[in-house]
Amino acid sequence: MTADYDLAIIGAGPAGLAAAGLAAELGLTVALLDEQERPGGQIYRAIETVGASRPLAAKALGPDYERGRGLVDAMRAARVDYLPGAVVWNVSRELAVNFSRQGGSREIRARHVLVATGAMERPVPVPGWTRPGVMTVGALQIMLKTSGLVADGRVVLAGSGPLLLLLASQYVEAGAPPAAVVETVPRARYVEALAHLPKALRAAGYLAKGVRLMRTLARAGVPVYRGASDLSVEGGERATGLAFRQGGRERRVEADLVALHQGVVPNQQITRLLGCNHVFDDGQRCFRPVLDDWFATSLDGVSVAGDGGGIGGAVAAEHAGRVAVCGIAHRLGALSEPERDARAAPSRAALDRDLAVRPFLETLYRPPREVLEPADDVLVCRCEEVTAGAVRGAAALGCPGPNQAKSFLRCGMGPCQGRVCGPVVSEIIADALGSDPGAVGYYRIRPPLKPLTLGELAALDTDTESGAA
Amino acid sequence: MFRRLEEDAGRAPVRFRFEGREIEAYEGDTLAAALAAAGALSLRDTPVSGAPRAPYCMMGVCFDCLVEVDGRKNCQACMTVVEPGMEVRRQTGGDGAEA
Ligand SMILES: Cc1cc2nc3c(=O)[nH]c(=O)nc-3n(C[C@H](O)[C@H](O)[C@H](O)COP(=O)(O)OP(=O)(O)OC[C@H]3O[C@@H](n4cnc5c(N)ncnc54)[C@H](O)[C@@H]3O)c2cc1C
Ligand code: FES
Repeated sequence: MTADYDLAIIGAGPAGLAAAGLAAELGLTVALLDEQERPGGQIYRAIETVGASRPLAAKALGPDYERGRGLVDAMRAARVDYLPGAVVWNVSRELAVNFSRQGGSREIRARHVLVATGAMERPVPVPGWTRPGVMTVGALQIMLKTSGLVADGRVVLAGSGPLLLLLASQYVEAGAPPAAVVETVPRARYVEALAHLPKALRAAGYLAKGVRLMRTLARAGVPVYRGASDLSVEGGERATGLAFRQGGRERRVEADLVALHQGVVPNQQITRLLGCNHVFDDGQRCFRPVLDDWFATSLDGVSVAGDGGGIGGAVAAEHAGRVAVCGIAHRLGALSEPERDARAAPSRAALDRDLAVRPFLETLYRPPREVLEPADDVLVCRCEEVTAGAVRGAAALGCPGPNQAKSFLRCGMGPCQGRVCGPVVSEIIADALGSDPGAVGYYRIRPPLKPLTLGELAALDTDTESGAA
Repeated sequence: MFRRLEEDAGRAPVRFRFEGREIEAYEGDTLAAALAAAGALSLRDTPVSGAPRAPYCMMGVCFDCLVEVDGRKNCQACMTVVEPGMEVRRQTGGDGAEA
């Protein structure tokens, strides 16, 4: 079977954009697919439309967001078949990529596939987190970027991580300061994180940015509750407030909207589907695909760059995209080994420098136990409404891992296919068995990754029968 | 609930209907964003307990934004861009909300 492209890249965030540009420059034929209608990924979402037409949003989003413009322009100028609005729902081990686009389903074949599908926010299962009026911090940022929307009324941002502070400060800049920021970082963590400070200073820009964000909040008079725990969203059919403990006291803040955040974790859907090997990363407290020095997975012909391979942030994602492409171009015969090494060297050095801040951030923002091991009555599977207690009960009855829990309890069987409950279910079972998530494993992921319409499935059948492709 | 930071000079208005009510949005808005701007947050009831749900992630991960668009169930409101004349309904019950 002849391939349609040398390289199919899934995901047009910083990793995929940088990879596409370089691959085209090296003479590879490239398809770049993304389910969004516009390039930029999560960080540079809507970068092409914010700006001239929306100066206030652009100002609120700040200069780091602007960096995306260059990447997108370079991709647009390169010889790349960019397919926006393409939802990839299957990738086979033979490197056929199936996607829905404009109401139909198509397949392309590639000699190599680069998975650049990025990260998703870590689910934050606290009591009341399924109430309308609770969203993620990333969700608020997405609405700001794509539609210039800010939440009205009392907005409470709770949890931990750089994105929490970033969004809080973007809301201040947008003239909509949050009613409160509730941070779940225990005091002792700051001391622990200090050990990683010298290394982090190699990427000092991040630390300076953190300080700047804190200052913006202080100047705007946003109350910041530090060292909070036992978060719980109050309300009936809608969220009305957030309760928490701080310094041994019960506290409560009124809220019209509660936005939760506990960092981001790799989106594993495609690498799981392909059966690539994964490991549990203790530092980042999440699963990630096993990758070699050139970001190749355990499956020949499949590489991963960017946050989908482990959390490194947007700038690291760009560099990783370029390094991965050097490896791919060598594998496909477009670069000799010395050429590959020479081409990759500057990106690799920049990547190492950028990643220096990670151990500091990972220690400081390690998710608290209450989020990894929610109380018994908290829903962990939002789709099938399965509680943490039910998962613990199944483990006590001898259920050895997430896939067995799935057949016992239906958790992970709903439309989200375990994207949301997967990380938590692995944690709970591991904890109940005195084991670790790496040992108990993760859900098996099967196609289609997104629901298909009957029409799409029918059309696909006809294609295959008529021997198309 | 949500407000627009600025009137989008460059974007054309798009009208669609949600539960029979006319909603005005802008070209390029997703259904979930347009509905949030119009004060509609709860978009479905769960098949198991019938609890109301609203968009949580806005990026296609959680599937808590499932709505019926022009009679088609299981559309992710956060991933569907508004088109003029769309008829959007809340999704209720267990009918077909499975992958
Ligand atoms: C909601 C959110 C907001 C964030 N905001 C910031 C921020 O403001 N600043 C910051 O430094 N970091 C932010 N991050 C962290 C962010 O993950 C990285 O900094 C950066 O975006 C990673 O780049 P990437 O190229 O690896 O992936 P991404 O930028 O996430 O790009 C991945 C792309 O893959 C596409 N995709 C995924 N699955 C499929 C599929 N099945 N079919 C087709 N396309 C698919 C997605 O649509 C997306 O465009 C954010 C993360 C999230 C989740
Ligand atoms: S809001 Fe999560 S999938 Fe749409």
